Amino acid sequence: MLRFLAVRFGRAVLTLLICVSAVFLVLRIAGDPAEIMLPDETPPDVKAYYRTLWGLDRPLHEQFGRYLLSVAQGDFGVSFADDRPALATVAETLPKTGLLGLSALMLALLIGLPLGISAAVRHNGPLDRLAMASAVFGYSIPIFFLGILLILLFALKLRVLPSAGSGTLIHLIMPTLTLALPLAGRLARFARTATLEVLGKPFIRAVRGKGVPPLGVILRHALPNAAVPLLMFLGIEIGLVLSGSAVVETIFAWPGLGRLLVDSVSRRDLPVVQAVILIATFIMVLSNLLVDILHIWLDPRLGSFEGAQSAPAH
Amino acid sequence: MTDMRLSLQAPVRRAPLAMPPVIMAAAGFLVAMVLVALIAGFLAPYHFTTQDLAARFRPPIFAGGDWAHMLGTDHLGRDILSRIIYAIRSSLLIAFAGTLIGAVFGTLMGFAAGRLRGIVDQTVMMLVDAQAAVPALFLALTLLAFFGNNILLFVVIVSLDGWDRYTRLARGLVVSEQASDYITAVEALGAGSARVILRHLLPNIVASLVVQATLNFPGTVLLETSLSFLGLGVQPPGTSLGLMLGEGRRYLLNAWWIAVLPGIVIFLTTLSMSLFGDWLRDRLDPTLAGKG
Repeated sequence: MLRFLAVRFGRAVLTLLICVSAVFLVLRIAGDPAEIMLPDETPPDVKAYYRTLWGLDRPLHEQFGRYLLSVAQGDFGVSFADDRPALATVAETLPKTGLLGLSALMLALLIGLPLGISAAVRHNGPLDRLAMASAVFGYSIPIFFLGILLILLFALKLRVLPSAGSGTLIHLIMPTLTLALPLAGRLARFARTATLEVLGKPFIRAVRGKGVPPLGVILRHALPNAAVPLLMFLGIEIGLVLSGSAVVETIFAWPGLGRLLVDSVSRRDLPVVQAVILIATFIMVLSNLLVDILHIWLDPRLGSFEGAQSAPAH
Repeated sequence: MTDMRLSLQAPVRRAPLAMPPVIMAAAGFLVAMVLVALIAGFLAPYHFTTQDLAARFRPPIFAGGDWAHMLGTDHLGRDILSRIIYAIRSSLLIAFAGTLIGAVFGTLMGFAAGRLRGIVDQTVMMLVDAQAAVPALFLALTLLAFFGNNILLFVVIVSLDGWDRYTRLARGLVVSEQASDYITAVEALGAGSARVILRHLLPNIVASLVVQATLNFPGTVLLETSLSFLGLGVQPPGTSLGLMLGEGRRYLLNAWWIAVLPGIVIFLTTLSMSLFGDWLRDRLDPTLAGKG
């Protein structure tokens, strides 16, 4: 078990290292970092000062070392917009995106899981078809279009919900819905596949043969076994939530990570862009590591090293 | 005797093109979209940049408009129908090009990793892992910030979403086939890597790759339209379905059609492609089932 964890932890660190190196590489490919990372109107002597400060006159490998060191210390540079450290600007948005992302994930689970599981139980029946039709609708609709339709309906036509802002919990409703519905569609489909796969296994037939009632078969025997693939899928969902947040937060003026990224890209505020992408990667890697730990807890077979090796790579 | 022959022949092959009506409709819509993109110049009643400031915010015909502008006009008096037609062309073109680049690049990486193994394999798989660890839209936005926007770069950025899936697919196939007798035989006869890959490995995987590309396509369309919606993708005077929605967002209260009509087109396109892709996967490649 420790070995499995160590392997996963090592991979997580490696992935982070690759992403940080990729950002370093992209920054060097894009041109002179002092030109890119400093506002256009910076006087030449200030640029020269920063070149020495950042060690741009040093050999490339030394630059890379310094870069790694500063990232490790949380130093991502200073925002062009307000001269504050980029990390502080990013940190401010995290609770907002966390609140939005988690509530969307919860809602998606609440809709998607029962829908997918009941579709699998009534395989090929009318309920299955209806559930899968709504699922494919859910994940095909562009998030920004869904958001606009919700604004038209609830904010402009019915006038019951605010279309922008983040002051109260009421402001949370529409962004959450917009982010959650496509996720719920994907989740329902995946839950259906995972449940169907388990229901086809011989042990389920054995349990049924023992005379366990149908609901008991589903809740006690099928679901715990379908939990592992679902958990893996949740790791992927985090990425979709983050990507979706860029669009949803922009539409509903929700001051989170995604909106900060979009605004910073428009302003070409590169220190903030760099901080956002690295923090987002960090969140992804961390949540995938968390998924792996939960995986061990759910699936004791991983306790042995052989089990860990034959476990799915994702 | 006859019975026996029947029972022997019957299960061999099912009719390959028995499409359910929904799939037929989806495929029909997609074909129509491609046709519209191809002959946009003939179809569009106006040029997509032609402004008529005297006819701003005209509603569509079904909301009290007139035949001069069937789907209404936007805040600059531009004909929505014509703009949608040209936007279909540019959005589809970018999505097709992006899908193609992603598929070719991803497959090449997969073949390289599977054939060469060792350090190449390790590096490619590390890149695949890293790609999966960065949210697609975030990566695209970051690259746009660092490199600035031009249409060529934009297509490459759009292609980044999904290349890792082709790589996994191609690498998996090469690794599993490498040890099989026919590859050993072909190699013993003196065939080089290129010949083994093109003549013997690629045909095994073409169906899976096509299915993967079909399933990826809606995501590529959504990535392009999302970026254009945010104002960071296709730039005016160019047009894209996402850009139209982004512009129309400001006039929702008085002129909902500017945003809603192109939104419907995007939705129907991604919906049709998803339905068609699922069907194709179940038909051609049962091994991918359930991985959508």
